[in-house]
Amino acid sequence: MNVPDDLLYTETHEWVKREGDNVRVGITDHAQAELTDVVYVELPKMDRQANAREAIAVVESVKAASDIYAPVKGKVVEVNKALEANPGLINREPFGEGWIFVLQIDDAGDLKQLRDAAAYKKQIS
Amino acid sequence: MLFNMRLRPPNVASSKGLLDPPLTAQTRRLACRVSDGAQKTTPLYDEHMRRGAKMVPFGGWLMPVQYTSIVQEHRAVRKNIGMFDISHMGQLIIDGSGARDWLNTMLTNNIDKLDVGTGQYTFLLNDTGGIIDDLIAYRVGDEKFLLVVNASRTDEDFSWLDRHRANDVDLKNRSADYGGVAIQGPRVVDLFHAVLGEHLDLPPRNHIVDLARNGKELLIARTGYTGEDGVEVFFWANEATWFWNLVLEKGKQFGIEPCGLGARDTLRLEMCYPLNGSDLSPERNPIEAGLGFFVDLTKPNFTGREVLLKTKENGPAEKLVAFRMQGKGPPPRPHYSIFDNGERVGEVTSGTVSPSLNYGIGMAYVSASHAKIGSNIEIEIRGQKFPATIEKKPLYKRS
Repeated sequence: MNVPDDLLYTETHEWVKREGDNVRVGITDHAQAELTDVVYVELPKMDRQANAREAIAVVESVKAASDIYAPVKGKVVEVNKALEANPGLINREPFGEGWIFVLQIDDAGDLKQLRDAAAYKKQIS
Repeated sequence: MLFNMRLRPPNVASSKGLLDPPLTAQTRRLACRVSDGAQKTTPLYDEHMRRGAKMVPFGGWLMPVQYTSIVQEHRAVRKNIGMFDISHMGQLIIDGSGARDWLNTMLTNNIDKLDVGTGQYTFLLNDTGGIIDDLIAYRVGDEKFLLVVNASRTDEDFSWLDRHRANDVDLKNRSADYGGVAIQGPRVVDLFHAVLGEHLDLPPRNHIVDLARNGKELLIARTGYTGEDGVEVFFWANEATWFWNLVLEKGKQFGIEPCGLGARDTLRLEMCYPLNGSDLSPERNPIEAGLGFFVDLTKPNFTGREVLLKTKENGPAEKLVAFRMQGKGPPPRPHYSIFDNGERVGEVTSGTVSPSLNYGIGMAYVSASHAKIGSNIEIEIRGQKFPATIEKKPLYKRS
């Protein structure tokens, strides 16, 4: 299972990529493989505030709906509209075109709460 | 033999062994191994694990929900062929001089219409006409019947029937003795020729035959839960692994895939076949479920008859309807509310995204006055309403 070393991870299987004051968020390869067949993505509203671990998006596969959580406190500044027409991007490119939203983070220090690739690998092994 | 049946296809050698043998300790262990969380496992559990299936609890059993992807497995069944482990399903055997007459008072469909070697879909009802189980009753002898019942209801079915049993009837729960698979898809006939020889003719739809290969017994019924041509095959539990691997090996050239409960659910829902526990329950009767075709109200006496007559006369208050989502939106799921012009008129019982049709589909109980085919309804999903229409069953038709 692909777990890129340059990303941070949550216990709930989101990946987090630091981009200056923002973080880009998606679900991991492991998560998409567990869900399989993503058929619908409910994106968060632009400009909404989110607390860490607050459910702000939903990824639905054929069999179930799964909440996607904000990894840290912040404001939604970008959402991946391409997923509305093409939810399968999450299965095909979970770390690339399948990203879900971008948060402008309140406090970069919050990122210390997240786990690195080694810790996430251990979690899913 | 699994049954003392005389019906055999021509040119298939019959074996003499296995005359209703006492259960071996090994068979029992294979069929009833208990895993973490006290879920039972089928004799094919090791095969599922070896192939990397994702396992989920279902009706007291630990079953594969998928091997690769629900959509891929679904398409294999629609286009080529797929095989499902149905060893969790229950087998009750009813025997004795009064078996036929008695069973006809227990079940809704008319057993008298069955020739030896044929089966019918039918219901076991409680005293208020509610559905204890939906099942297939096969006549396997003059006064001998095989009931194939839902896994989660097997014990309840057995104890209900046993409580109401007539003196000249013998009833046995043989579920632990049997393994079973459903082999479904348009290439099933080709596959069976490859597995059992060119001379074998599969039994016609709703027929069941008992045959042998390499001294092993197979009970083959031309039935299924997918809307495709197919069979359900039962065998002794300790031969499950042999048969499973034989069919997968011979089926390679036909594009066979092992399939899990996920695809089983999407396939049956496209056909609007009900799932007990979701679309059927002891609070619902077959008339409300739109399955009156499998109830013979001309029979003078069967459990639940009076209630069903009344439901039919007055019309059901709610009906089980099929619907499809209109436009882009999340898939419908069980328990979502249904609205018509702002008024709550029903609740979803089954829902998914149809892999064949690529839109959301489902079934729901809707108050009868709002259950008209073609009606526009709305489904509430996470506080937002999405448009849908009530559709004719089945939702999927083979092109």
